[in-house]
Amino acid sequence: MLSRLKSIIPALIPFVVLTASVELAVRQGWVHSYLVPAPSQVLRAMIDSRDELFTAVASTSASALLGFALSTIGGIAVAVFLSSSRPIQRAFYPYAVFFQTVPIIAIAPLLVIWFGYGMRTVVASAFVVSIFPVIANTLTGILSTEPPLRDLFRLYGASTWTTLVKLRFPSALPQILTGLRVAAGLAVIGAIVGEFIGGQGLGSVVDVARTQQRVDKVFAAVLLASVLGLALFGLINLVSYFTLRRWHASEQ
Amino acid sequence: MSAPDSVHGGVAGGVDVDLRGVRKAFQSLTVIEHLDLSIASGEFLAILGPSGCGKSTLLRMIARLLEPDAGSVTISPDDRFQTAYVFQDAHLLPWRNVLDNAALPLELMGVARDERHARARAALRETELTEAENRYPAELSGGMRMRVSLARALVTSPRLLLLDEPFAALDEMTRFRLDLRLRQLWASRGMTVIFVTHSISEAVFLANRAVVLARRLGRIKLDRPLNLPERNEDLRLDPRYGREVKTLFSAMEEE
Repeated sequence: MLSRLKSIIPALIPFVVLTASVELAVRQGWVHSYLVPAPSQVLRAMIDSRDELFTAVASTSASALLGFALSTIGGIAVAVFLSSSRPIQRAFYPYAVFFQTVPIIAIAPLLVIWFGYGMRTVVASAFVVSIFPVIANTLTGILSTEPPLRDLFRLYGASTWTTLVKLRFPSALPQILTGLRVAAGLAVIGAIVGEFIGGQGLGSVVDVARTQQRVDKVFAAVLLASVLGLALFGLINLVSYFTLRRWHASEQ
Repeated sequence: MSAPDSVHGGVAGGVDVDLRGVRKAFQSLTVIEHLDLSIASGEFLAILGPSGCGKSTLLRMIARLLEPDAGSVTISPDDRFQTAYVFQDAHLLPWRNVLDNAALPLELMGVARDERHARARAALRETELTEAENRYPAELSGGMRMRVSLARALVTSPRLLLLDEPFAALDEMTRFRLDLRLRQLWASRGMTVIFVTHSISEAVFLANRAVVLARRLGRIKLDRPLNLPERNEDLRLDPRYGREVKTLFSAMEEE
């Protein structure tokens, strides 16, 4: 535990130095507080608007998690479908890539038209931006199963389905988890972009505070959004640790 | 399918393998042009040859993992699940413990859990791994992993055991011990063994017959019985062993 604390210290130093410098710069009037708020002001804003921010965090978390869950299920399903044959892969994979290159900010208004203002748009936005890494990583994982193991399964008459469930999918697990880690961060971004346009949550708090010139509140909301992303990332790491610790080199 | 005798007890016997005019090409590259080779039931055959001479291709065709372009591969008797294959690396499933890795073939064949665990334990006993059954591959040494791989191959009581340079990555002592164990297993079970290697001394130590393949087109350069006394540590001191090694060495050197 002590050694763990010690390993965190190097990462804390820049944070402390930066926070202190900004605080000092604002207090001394070198930087105007309507451009960059002092850390103490951000903290103040967090405490003052705690109810509003709490509701916002809860709403954004719910949307991001739901979008992320849909991406996980959908992404894995799509990857399994794509992995079923070469022609299928050639026919559909380019569209998956194309889908990824569409900027979310540009299609967010479309999502509002389709799903209306509110959570459905936000979830859709989180889903759209986070599904691709799941597809790509799962597909690579499934396709890179060691050929001798595929031979082994054939030798003992395993069906395509059995090979998928007992060999290809578990082999792909480390890569699937890598995909999920990326997707988790993107789902939070997607949710907040969706909230800018669809209302609700931290995205909406940022948008409203911006129009009110409340930079401290913008910072407070942005900070919470980052913490949310980090928490999701940490959650995947935890899952990854417990599933892979006995067998995969990356967790040892 | 009639269940084979338990790994521990019964002798499964071997199979005859007969290759006639076998040809195999990958795209424009012909690996094997016209190969005739007969292996009698219960034989321990070593196949030697330089890298890229088609040894693995040959083995995969015998295992029916690959179809020849021309010619025939006949195995008799020809039952399902009688062939086992050991690869160059252990290739275990890292998410399964030793017992479940060894039991995998039986699981794929649909054998019930209790029976397959009992048979996997018996196979692990034969490769001296009983104590490791709950450990995971990442926790094992290279030699232990290879022994799990061997146990996995033996768990079905195969009549035909194919090994593709199985111990090449191991240190000399581990390799020697595994060679010895394999030889004992073969002697007690009477199965047909085809062992691909590029180590001449290993081939002479293990096999009752050696085939040397030419670098190109999978032609047989030399096909020779190895009539040697009991295989143990002292074999290497026997002049007959040295002569066989030299004969095979010359055949391979001519390449």
